[in-house]
Amino acid sequence: MNPEALALAAPASLLIGAAVSLACGKRSGVAAWVAILATSFAAVLGTASAANVLRSGAGWSIEAAWSLPWATFSVGMDGLSAYFLAFILALAVPAAAYGKGYLAHEGDSRWAGASWAFFQILVASMAVVVLARDGVLFLIAWEGMSVASFFLVIHDHRRPEVRSDALVYLVATHLGAAALAAMFGLWGRGAGSLAFAALQGAPLSRNVAWVLFLLALVGFGSKAGLAPFHVWLPKAHPAAPSHVSALMSGVMIKMGIYGLMRFILMSGPPPAGWGYALLGIGALSAVGGVLYALAQHDLKRLLAYHSVENVGIITMGLGAGLLARTAGLEAVAMAALCGSLLHVLNHGLFKSLLFYSGGAATQAAGTRNMERLGGLLRRMPVTGAAFLAGAAAICALPPFNGFVSEWLIYSGLFNGALQGPGAVSAVLFVTIPLLALVGGLALACFAKASGVVFLGEPRSEEAARCKEVSPWMTVPMVLTALACAGVGLAAPWALRIVAPAARELAGISSNAAWNTSLGAGPLSAVVLAGWMLLIVAGIMLGFRRLLLKGKALSEAPTWGCGYAAPTARMQYTASSFAQPLLEPLSRLMRPSLRKRRPKGIFPERASFSSHYDDPADRTIFDPAITLLERLAGALRPLQQGRLQVYLLYVLLTLVALIAWEVLA
Amino acid sequence: MTAHWWNALAVLPALLLSPLLLGIIGKTKALAAGRKGAPLLQPYRDLLRLLGKGAVYGRTATWVFRAAPAISLAAILTASLMLSAGPLAAPLAFSGDLVLFAYLLALSRFALIAGAMDTGSAFEGMGASREAAFSAFAEPAFFLVLGVLAWEEKALSLSAILGGADVASWSAKIPSLALAATALFLILLAENSRIPVDDPATHLELTMIHEVMVLDHSGPDLAFILYGSALKLWLFSAVLVSMFMFSSGPAWVSMALFLGGMFGVAVLVGVTESVMARLRLGRVPQLLGLAAVLAGLAALLLMAGGRP
Repeated sequence: MNPEALALAAPASLLIGAAVSLACGKRSGVAAWVAILATSFAAVLGTASAANVLRSGAGWSIEAAWSLPWATFSVGMDGLSAYFLAFILALAVPAAAYGKGYLAHEGDSRWAGASWAFFQILVASMAVVVLARDGVLFLIAWEGMSVASFFLVIHDHRRPEVRSDALVYLVATHLGAAALAAMFGLWGRGAGSLAFAALQGAPLSRNVAWVLFLLALVGFGSKAGLAPFHVWLPKAHPAAPSHVSALMSGVMIKMGIYGLMRFILMSGPPPAGWGYALLGIGALSAVGGVLYALAQHDLKRLLAYHSVENVGIITMGLGAGLLARTAGLEAVAMAALCGSLLHVLNHGLFKSLLFYSGGAATQAAGTRNMERLGGLLRRMPVTGAAFLAGAAAICALPPFNGFVSEWLIYSGLFNGALQGPGAVSAVLFVTIPLLALVGGLALACFAKASGVVFLGEPRSEEAARCKEVSPWMTVPMVLTALACAGVGLAAPWALRIVAPAARELAGISSNAAWNTSLGAGPLSAVVLAGWMLLIVAGIMLGFRRLLLKGKALSEAPTWGCGYAAPTARMQYTASSFAQPLLEPLSRLMRPSLRKRRPKGIFPERASFSSHYDDPADRTIFDPAITLLERLAGALRPLQQGRLQVYLLYVLLTLVALIAWEVLA
Repeated sequence: MTAHWWNALAVLPALLLSPLLLGIIGKTKALAAGRKGAPLLQPYRDLLRLLGKGAVYGRTATWVFRAAPAISLAAILTASLMLSAGPLAAPLAFSGDLVLFAYLLALSRFALIAGAMDTGSAFEGMGASREAAFSAFAEPAFFLVLGVLAWEEKALSLSAILGGADVASWSAKIPSLALAATALFLILLAENSRIPVDDPATHLELTMIHEVMVLDHSGPDLAFILYGSALKLWLFSAVLVSMFMFSSGPAWVSMALFLGGMFGVAVLVGVTESVMARLRLGRVPQLLGLAAVLAGLAALLLMAGGRP
């Protein structure tokens, strides 16, 4: 088959799968099987089509008439679309398999078929988003993605907090979509058509280009979870079932990144200001995301804040790459853009891994509160090991994949600082310690999460009773963990997948400048060092075994400084672990603390609790919503709830319209 | 940089001499306090004794606790491949290896923290939390120092940005170099758990940072950890000393200068520990902030001085 047909068959087969799943109704097992098969089939078709474009380097596009107004049915594929299509479909397969295991305990519920149908619609609409070459088709697919994911988030609709979190998500995603509709409208008015080809050719004045960029930043940034548009993310992702959290956090938010990149490709050579703006908003998201992740007690919410952080890192790479492009530094731009693009895949892999394993742990224990977990590695060995691998990968520790993409971004920042002209150089130089700070904080945060949840002793009865989950859940974990290590240890190969898209964004036609100065050599040295690390670690572990052979090994209680009867509650808690980091920043983060100090000579009760409100909620959205409510309250007298009054409104409207028609 | 087989020799001084740094620090402190002190070679004896012992494991501990010391040491060993020793060039050098160096040290820290959390002890959790926090605050300062060095030499490999000083440009560089070196010395004290950040000789668990993290380790595992921290001290000192090394001159002279510098740093650490008290824990982030400010000043001086 030709690549065009293959690419279109992928979302088509998912939609057929969705219809079949829906028809399964209550039979959740069958519906899940349909979803797994349809997703795998689509993944094979889609990656084959993407591989064709990535290998040959020749994109394609087709256009057909469409009955919708202002629309043509245009689809196409270039390096960027091919990379994202393969990424979406490849990560949807383990999510579907994991979901079958995750939802198994619900049995045959009434919503099973619908839930799996929405899962496939979500994947299909993401595939169409990256293939679309027309504004209307793009927005339809975008809306499909938002609505399908809303229904997936509200899966546990019997819990009131899930309903309210899902509503926040629905509103946020539509505010973003409104910005995008405005962007396409404004752009299309100048271009005379909403087809991407026409938009791309439309001449833009400097001011219009900036307005379009800001609209794109709001619309795509709110989907990506860039601060301060991220408020929905830490609410919606934890509320969803874990396979959906993995798909949303790992894959769906990257559609915002794709949108930003597509916008930059279509709007022509970007001005330096866009690079600075992206770098700034990326740095804000990265630092803010990791700080608020540290402050969380809810494991899945912690992971969600880390998505804000990692999307920030991706955006920093994108901004640095664009800055280097405007400064004419091709090789530097390639390094930063390759890092940014590769981090999309890497974050997809390790965030899926973390949501799979973290979700398995919270499901087994029945709580997401880390202060009630602990010691799960002993009870769930595969899940625990998977989480540790994911933690190492997200902290960018070698030899895992996170290090490779962050190294590429560092390489772009350092080289841009050394080679760039004055302002570019200074800004990139300042970004380096920020990224380093994010790295240090992320390490502390995942030391906390993996330590408190999986190591030590269980802090509650529920945690003590946890059992390893089914192979449906563990096998996807093991596979994604292997993929994390694989991308890290075979990075030059992974780079070939992102290089075409990076070239498009850097506005160059060949890798030559990059390969000779920065790219291939140092990257293979990074990989070599990763292998060396593995070998040295193997030698050290072997040496240790040799030393301990035949020696007296004994077990004893953990040293507790002479306490006779330690309890598991005495372990360091997640809040205590984060305290030395958050305390110096308390003026910035403004925790709300509730303390009940011990009183008297024989104190009986004392308690302490801390809570960190998101500053974007506190300073932007809560006041805005309060204002909106007050304004809407003024309209309340109109709603009388009496039929006669509404009939009067209808009559008045008709009279007004007739008057307008007659007079105008 | 051409790779020769003898480049592999560059790791030997680090492997063989790093415990000696601890001996020198101990001796300096003892002399300053008017004591005779342990022999210089005492750390080697401790290591050998521990390697020959069996081990005791906590009942809570899993494979994470058992594997952590070996993985932590392996990460530091791999990082040591990227530093040259005086005239001996580093075995592993490429553009951007300074980032790998920093993240390998982060891996070693992550392994030890995970091991500490695995014991389930509140003390070890406390140490782990402090270590994670202070290292996170030290990270931006360390990258600023690396950025300053990279800027001066217009290169991104540790072996290229270190040890390349020449007499001609020396006077122009010395102000920013001195600021960066001061910042790096503060980072060295923090990362290697020395006074005024941490006191390796304290006997009260509540006041420890690094020591309390490894309370439960014994036998060869403890030896790995002690050797790893000696090696880490050597690596930071080597960066500090190499900042001032000249590229010219006969090999034996530069080797002697390098080793002399290394032992000098150990004496300096010992003197610092003798004349200072520990800072309150809340003050440590401020100290690391000071390091970042010094490194930032060094960067400003460089940028204001224009490009060479």
